[in-house]
Amino acid sequence: MMDIRHLLRRAWARLVGHLDAPLLAIMFGIMLLGLATVYSATADTSNRTLAQAMNMGIGLCVMWGVAQLPPQKLMRFGVPLYALGIVLLVLTFLFGITVNGSKRWLSIGITRIQPSELLKIAVPLTLAWYFHKHEAALRLRHYAVAAILLLIPFLLIAKQPDLGTALLVGGAGFYVIFFAGLPWKVIIGLGLIGAAAAPFAWTLLHDYQRRRILTLLDPSSDPLGAGYHIIQSTIAIGSGGPLGKGWLAGTQTHLEFIPERHTDFIFAVFSEEWGLLGNGVLLLLYAALIGRGLMIAANASTLFARTLAGSITLSLFTYAFVNMGMVSGILPVVGVPLPFMSYGGTALVTLCLGTGILMSIQTHRMLVKK
Amino acid sequence: MRHAPLNSRDRELDRFRFRIAFAGGAVLLAFALLFGRFIYLQVVQHDYFRTRAEDNRISLVPIPPNRGVIVDRNGVVLARNYSAFTLEITPSRVADLEETIDRLAELVEIQPKDRKRFRKLREESKTFESLPIRTRLSDEEVARFAANRYRFPGVEVKARLFRQYPLGATASHALGYIGRINDRDLETIARSEQDANYKGTDHFGKSGLEQRYEFQLHGETGYEQIEVDAGGHAVRSLSRTPPVPGNNLTLTLDSKLQAITEKAFGDRRGALVAIDPTTGGILALVSVPTYDPNLFVDGIRSDDWEALNNSPDKPMVNRALNGAYPPGSTFKPFMALAALELGKRTPQQAIADPGYFNFGGHTFMDDKKGGHGMVDMYKSIVQSCNTYYFALANDLGIDHIARFMAPFGFGSRTGIDIDGESEGVLPSPEWKKRRFKRVEQQKWFAGETISVGIGQGYNAYTPIQLAQAMATLANDGVMFRPHLVRHITDSKTGEKTLIEPEPLRTIPLKPQHLETIKRAMVGVNKEGTGARAFAGAPYEVGGKTGTAQVYSLRGGTYNRDKVKKDLRDHALFIAFAPVDKPRIALAVLVENGGFGAQSAAPIARMVLDYYLLGKLPPGPAGEDEAAEDE
Repeated sequence: MMDIRHLLRRAWARLVGHLDAPLLAIMFGIMLLGLATVYSATADTSNRTLAQAMNMGIGLCVMWGVAQLPPQKLMRFGVPLYALGIVLLVLTFLFGITVNGSKRWLSIGITRIQPSELLKIAVPLTLAWYFHKHEAALRLRHYAVAAILLLIPFLLIAKQPDLGTALLVGGAGFYVIFFAGLPWKVIIGLGLIGAAAAPFAWTLLHDYQRRRILTLLDPSSDPLGAGYHIIQSTIAIGSGGPLGKGWLAGTQTHLEFIPERHTDFIFAVFSEEWGLLGNGVLLLLYAALIGRGLMIAANASTLFARTLAGSITLSLFTYAFVNMGMVSGILPVVGVPLPFMSYGGTALVTLCLGTGILMSIQTHRMLVKK
Repeated sequence: MRHAPLNSRDRELDRFRFRIAFAGGAVLLAFALLFGRFIYLQVVQHDYFRTRAEDNRISLVPIPPNRGVIVDRNGVVLARNYSAFTLEITPSRVADLEETIDRLAELVEIQPKDRKRFRKLREESKTFESLPIRTRLSDEEVARFAANRYRFPGVEVKARLFRQYPLGATASHALGYIGRINDRDLETIARSEQDANYKGTDHFGKSGLEQRYEFQLHGETGYEQIEVDAGGHAVRSLSRTPPVPGNNLTLTLDSKLQAITEKAFGDRRGALVAIDPTTGGILALVSVPTYDPNLFVDGIRSDDWEALNNSPDKPMVNRALNGAYPPGSTFKPFMALAALELGKRTPQQAIADPGYFNFGGHTFMDDKKGGHGMVDMYKSIVQSCNTYYFALANDLGIDHIARFMAPFGFGSRTGIDIDGESEGVLPSPEWKKRRFKRVEQQKWFAGETISVGIGQGYNAYTPIQLAQAMATLANDGVMFRPHLVRHITDSKTGEKTLIEPEPLRTIPLKPQHLETIKRAMVGVNKEGTGARAFAGAPYEVGGKTGTAQVYSLRGGTYNRDKVKKDLRDHALFIAFAPVDKPRIALAVLVENGGFGAQSAAPIARMVLDYYLLGKLPPGPAGEDEAAEDE
């Protein structure tokens, strides 16, 4: 008996040893809200709740697996993943499948993959490794090289065009550079140059991208076209009121006025049914998630771990902020899912990969110091 | 390499932690911004968005009403509705239109003409409208499509009411036709504040009675409150307000008379208007060639449209209302009446006719070489003597002629209940001033008055104006507004609203003067230019032949055979019967028909024989080759 109990205790320790309880608890909280919302959004037509629960299960397994690997091992994946990602992106650029006017998918015989998803992790991993390698003598040119390493995939993805993913990849890379100590002078300088170049960038945007930005300024200008998503989702949020219409009682949702309601626009569904109160809770959960992530970054022992943890955490923030901002009509419509809420296996796996890395960094801290 | 690595490391960590704190601050700021947005949407603007959501939920689906039916004076149906299945495509919901149509063609028959028509409809309509690719599907075709429906998003079978004109081309110029609503119709609808009532309606009266009585025929649109989703799919019905069918029109028109008259023209072009002089009710409104209004109902095929539009016979022109022709000698009874009323002639006063009239160095020829001899008023009408009227016109002067003719409706719209009627031209010095811009063209020459006296020159009247003038004369100067609709039957109450005979005016005319003119017109058909056409008629009929010059002959004589067919004169005839209690007055015009006696009078005879005696003609009215010229 004692042995069995002992064995169980050891197995349990092995199981949870590299998991971060606060992070996991927060994730569970958001995922539960996500499952309930996916149920509400899809129960009328084809219920995706079980499929999403399975996605979450897979995601959690990936997270657990990654958490077991010490950061030094993770570091080794950086360059190969990055190289593979770039090759796949170039192949996509050359032979990709065009869906809805953009070339994002690459057919690999049995299935098609979206290589840009890989870069969301590969870019911060590689950059963090690069800074870690040159930690002893960081010069401005190292930041320049990092910027080039970031620009290559960013431009390839933006060219597809997939502005949402390009922003996420670009953000993840920039956060690494930022946490690696890019001088404030350069940041402010780049910011000023960026502001000056904005009119020029406008001319580089695709028609539909420009339309999305214009639509954001005045959704009613095109109520049946590009503005439709924004109009319907703001109606959903606004009509939810302070306390919401109640779970499964959102009219905008159940009468199918909200497009993409179980994926990118799931926040409109949540917000309609749970109201301002629900939004507050969700924001607190995300704030806690990010707060915990930043804490892990602050306590991390190597430059690699610090910059990577910081980048992953701020990426989570980017996802959440861009998604909620777009659904509530203060940011243009780009394809960014709401972390741990939106239906979809790929995004969940990528996100869990991220939190798995965070947990690895947190739980391998002591070992590194020893 | 730094000198003090540990110290430097700590400093670096501090710097990093500052950046973490900075990022945390930025995150909190961004979330505060989001939360502010949520407060704005969910608290400040909550009421507004709640209403918007409520509106989203309930959709008012219009139920178009049945269009009113049109029947003739005897209850014969001229326009009705039938229900049929159509296969409709909403282009905006279909990715590849051509490919979809190709696949549909495997299930239901789709001919090239259907594709052509669909293409034409597409050009004319908004993309979110659903447009018919095939109409009148058979039950089998409906079933076959239904089984494959899932393969065709954006394609559906709809039960629709179609307009049908059972008599085909008969009376098409009076009935007009309906077609799909276009931008101009939308403007008309908006101006009449009927926007709400036309939601769900996709046809609109385009011409004739269908156009004029559009808002009577249309009815009131019903509504069904339906809970719908954004895709427009109905979830459930909440309430229903049934539509009210349009009102029915009963016409003064006699469709049998109309059909017989149209047939009487044979393949000739022309117009005939027959009016009940005591009410203004129109008995027949003919313009030939006609067209089949059924062609327009589902959207006319482009080749049909080309054929109608490019035909040299111009079947789409309503000659009865829009053709303006010189009245020729049919003008003479009115000129004679003017002479009597204005005291310029007595019936007995006679002139010696040498066969020409000299005025201002110009010779105006009579048709008859050597003249008619001594001509009094009776003979001037019966034999249609030009010289008598050359002199009379000169004596009356253009101002008096114009002032006398205007009350008969010459040169002004009759007010018939069809839109787009032409005005015609009643010549006068004032008219000339308005008509011409250059000063030297504006002057009225006394010589121009002479040709006006025999109905030529600038004179140009529509057949309905001639018929109305004839009816007014027959009715002793009491003029009614010509109209086609006798009464409107309210579809809800069954109540009939009679379109009252509307006396426009009473022209003060002396009975003995009217008697003189009417007797002379009877003489025309007994012993004059119309005698052959009316030989053996058992009723007393007054008439007058006329020939309108198409081709101006300068000095030469008119040789019918030498002049090309489309330059031949137009033949005219006006008539009324029975003379002492007129029941019908009419005007006939045969384009390029030559002499009125020869081609127009026989048509008038047929119409009168049928209307007064019920006698059916054996075939089209022949041309009376031996008819005397006038």
